[in-house]
Amino acid sequence: MSLFLIAALPFLGAVFPALLIRAGRNAAASAAGLTTLLAFIGLMLHIPAVFRGETVYAAVDWLPALGVNAHFFLDGLGFLFAAMILGIGLLIILYARYYLSREDPMGQFYSYLLLFQGAMVGIVLSDNILLLLVFWELTSLSSFLLIGYWKHLPEGRQGARMALTVTGSGGLAMIAGMLMLGHIAGSYDLSVILQNKEAIQSSDLYLPALILILLGAFTKSAQFPFHFWLPHAMAAPTPVSAYLHSATMVKAGLFLMARLWPVLAGTPEWFYIVATTGLVTMLVGAVIALFKDDLKALLAFSTVSHLGLITMLLGFGTKIAAVAAVFHIINHATFKAALFMTAGIVDHEAGTRNIKRLGGLRHLMPVTFTIGMVAALSMAGIPPLNGFLSKEMMLEETAHTIWNGSHLIVPALATVAALFSAAYSFRFIAHVFLGRKRDDYPGHPHDPNTGMWIGPAFLVVLVVLIGLASAKIAGPMVATAAGAVTGGGELPYYSLKLWHGLTPALYMSVAATIGGLALLALHAPLQRIWNALPRPEAKTIFDALIGAFTRLSQFVTEGLHNGVLTRYAAIMVAFTVAIGYFAYRGGTLGTETRQLQEPGMLPVVGWFALVVATLFIVAKHRNRLLALVLIGVVGLVVSMAFNYLSAPDLALTQISVEVVTIILMLLALNFMPKETPVETPALTRLRDGAISVVAGLGAGGLIYALLMRDFAFPTISDFHLANSYKGGGGTNVVNVILVDFRGYDTFGEIIVLGIAAMVIFALTEAVLASKVRAYLLNRKPDLPQAGDSHPLMMVVATRVMMPLALMVAAYIFFRGHNLPGGGFIAGLVAAIAIIMQYMASGFAWATERQRYPYHAIIGSGVLIAAATGMGAWFNGKPFLTSDFGYLHWAPLEEFEWATAALFDLGVFLAVVGAVLLALESLSRFAWQPGISSEHAMDINPARDEAAKTGTEG
Amino acid sequence: MELLVASAVGILTAAGVYLILRRRSFPVILGLSLLTYAVNVFLFATGRLVTGAPPILNKYKEVAYTDPLPQALVLTAIVISFGMTAVVVMIALGAYLSSRDDGTAMPVEADGAEEEA
Repeated sequence: MSLFLIAALPFLGAVFPALLIRAGRNAAASAAGLTTLLAFIGLMLHIPAVFRGETVYAAVDWLPALGVNAHFFLDGLGFLFAAMILGIGLLIILYARYYLSREDPMGQFYSYLLLFQGAMVGIVLSDNILLLLVFWELTSLSSFLLIGYWKHLPEGRQGARMALTVTGSGGLAMIAGMLMLGHIAGSYDLSVILQNKEAIQSSDLYLPALILILLGAFTKSAQFPFHFWLPHAMAAPTPVSAYLHSATMVKAGLFLMARLWPVLAGTPEWFYIVATTGLVTMLVGAVIALFKDDLKALLAFSTVSHLGLITMLLGFGTKIAAVAAVFHIINHATFKAALFMTAGIVDHEAGTRNIKRLGGLRHLMPVTFTIGMVAALSMAGIPPLNGFLSKEMMLEETAHTIWNGSHLIVPALATVAALFSAAYSFRFIAHVFLGRKRDDYPGHPHDPNTGMWIGPAFLVVLVVLIGLASAKIAGPMVATAAGAVTGGGELPYYSLKLWHGLTPALYMSVAATIGGLALLALHAPLQRIWNALPRPEAKTIFDALIGAFTRLSQFVTEGLHNGVLTRYAAIMVAFTVAIGYFAYRGGTLGTETRQLQEPGMLPVVGWFALVVATLFIVAKHRNRLLALVLIGVVGLVVSMAFNYLSAPDLALTQISVEVVTIILMLLALNFMPKETPVETPALTRLRDGAISVVAGLGAGGLIYALLMRDFAFPTISDFHLANSYKGGGGTNVVNVILVDFRGYDTFGEIIVLGIAAMVIFALTEAVLASKVRAYLLNRKPDLPQAGDSHPLMMVVATRVMMPLALMVAAYIFFRGHNLPGGGFIAGLVAAIAIIMQYMASGFAWATERQRYPYHAIIGSGVLIAAATGMGAWFNGKPFLTSDFGYLHWAPLEEFEWATAALFDLGVFLAVVGAVLLALESLSRFAWQPGISSEHAMDINPARDEAAKTGTEG
Repeated sequence: MELLVASAVGILTAAGVYLILRRRSFPVILGLSLLTYAVNVFLFATGRLVTGAPPILNKYKEVAYTDPLPQALVLTAIVISFGMTAVVVMIALGAYLSSRDDGTAMPVEADGAEEEA
């Protein structure tokens, strides 16, 4: 089966449980199980290749320029992890079916679980490290969902948040580290990176990359001092803990260290950081675990301890230690998942997982007892179980390890950790299952049904089998995976067997076991001492830290974002000015290369009008109507300036936009207060004035500096000028740019315009559907109304003007390709022609005669433009490539046709529709009963005459 | 000429910014309009100021043309800014009609309500 499919199956399968939960919990569980099984079988089909030592690849280039590619590969290490993830996943799916209660949303659970499974499989199969990072973050997110699955429990929510915060921030650090690694190696593919050991270890970036990557790995694998999130994540349902926190997610960090072992390991930095962290974690986890009364907390800290053990082995940097690490990864996954499931069964049946309230369960739950005992003894490192084998190997390795010149410190501390490990394992058996039967269990303990114990039982069988016949059962797997970790080459001699003779490791083991039994005997007094000792509480520190960050961000947000719009605007303007000033100070200003042009009389007059109008707007802006009139003056001067400065198209556009904008604002002002009250103190106005003057000086100075200099770079406009007629078939270069050279931009622009009109329409609908409607209906106009709202002269004049105006629009449209004009301007003129009818005869009268909804006009415009663009495909050209030619029909002059005209038609329709939809929406606010009249004008002599004759006749 | 255009841009910007800093929606809309003029003229002027040389190709003789590219940019900018003004006007109107208040600041009591939600 393709690696793509194996990685994709859990994600695809995640859909089914959510959908099938209506068909019952069995359907959801089977769907999840079957997808996992399918992926598992697919993986198993690769066994022959993987065990021959081959690497299976599956690659699709996605964004090769960025180095982001869907490259997957499967070697021994990936196979081992994928098999664990999918295999234990299957057992967990079965177990969870019986563990979760009727009230729990099981479809959701399985969907989350499969999402997580897919992300994990993705991590272990990824060849591309950027892809790996994506999956890495996905595991953080999906584990967040799983840990917080019981949303009603505050511990669940807090634990999920803590896990996400810690692993998520580690993931961020790792992104940086991975990017550095890819930068050094020159590729983001692991298969290339792994070949570049010398380049990576000699690089200056080696240490920063190492630290950042290890931060990611340590947070994920709960290494000291980031171990604190794992116990809090135990608020998750037990199947989640068994899956995520024994076999998969916490192993992701180990996987990564193992994966990058060939290129990162072997340096003193690696040894001191990784091995020391592992050793400390192993010790701290084991000590704390002994004093935990919550079964799952005990197991959580023991997991922390065992993860530390594996980290330490990887940190040693020797090949034989890597073999031991791989072996212990397998063994830990088997016995720890079984133990978590056992703890879940005890919790489920006895109603508590507090060790202080348990004991004597061996009589009541013999099956569970057997499973739990075997798994716990393996964890303690008792022969002939698999935990013993890998612990022996670990102790053997520590005996050869020199830490900062000391031969003794590592083996001594490792033995102490092993001792505590044995002690808490014995406690798990003795205080839960052994002892007297009690009569105060919260529940009625009994063995669960088969579905629940079959999973852990299977794992325990593995525990025994690997222990007894390790070379046969686990040997090939360990060899293949270890071969992949160490990056090929011969593995040193090792043997997976129970009896190695009287080695130092054996003495250490014996000491640990005896010491463990002694600690168990002394547990009660020791726990009293432990509880009396002051200890830093990780959660308090974490909460304080998070609280501090929250307060800091709140302080910053409140300062910048306090709900006062003017403050945002002021900050933005001031910041922009500051950036401009910074750029001005930092850069150099070239010499002036252009001469000032002498202005004629006309420009000076125009300038004067503009300045006076603008100053009056500022001074008199409280009188809103006056300000609106004055803004019209500004717009007029601007359009005249465009015309004067060789931009006739702009002048036409500006002046027609001016008309619709002013009408729009008048419509709005109709419903708003006509005066702006004085609110701000004089000092504030002075401050605002200062900001504005500085901004104005900046903008004016910048454009003046530009105007006095020639282009710094060759302009692309020459291309447009040269090709406008030859390539686009039009002499109006501005129009050809719009509909041809930059047609895609224009296409986007008409869509934006259409969306803006739709937004206005939607807002109108929303406002009119609210209680505002009642206010509008009862509203009395605040200004005296005209007696004749639809005057005769205006109606007649606009009727006459409509065909003329439409003709002008058509003329402007058609000549646009060669002379000033085009779809935008024609659209505005046509819109104004129709608006005049609204103004003359009223909204209701005009709407009745409006046959095509404006939405449809906008839509047809966009569609015509799009269809024109797509037409180029049939010509074998890219989207929006234009074409033109000349036709000669007998009596007519030769004329030109161009697909650009069709595109321009789309622009025209979109503009007409958008402008009219916006104005029509605003007009609808004014509707009141009785306002509509069936007549075009209020006073009509002809009608009055007819009425008279009618009554007389 | 350059001085006139540059000073006009400066004055329009200053007036626009001042009005944007007012506390009622209508002056803010006016300010946005003024700022739109300023920005459009600014963009247009980046093609430098040329009189009597519109970018309409003359098929019969060689003449100088002004830069057409800023013109094409500004033409769409003018139309789009109409769309933007219309949306802002609509939002301002809707807000005023709903709360009978045309202040631009978030009402203080609404703060608490939002946090609860």
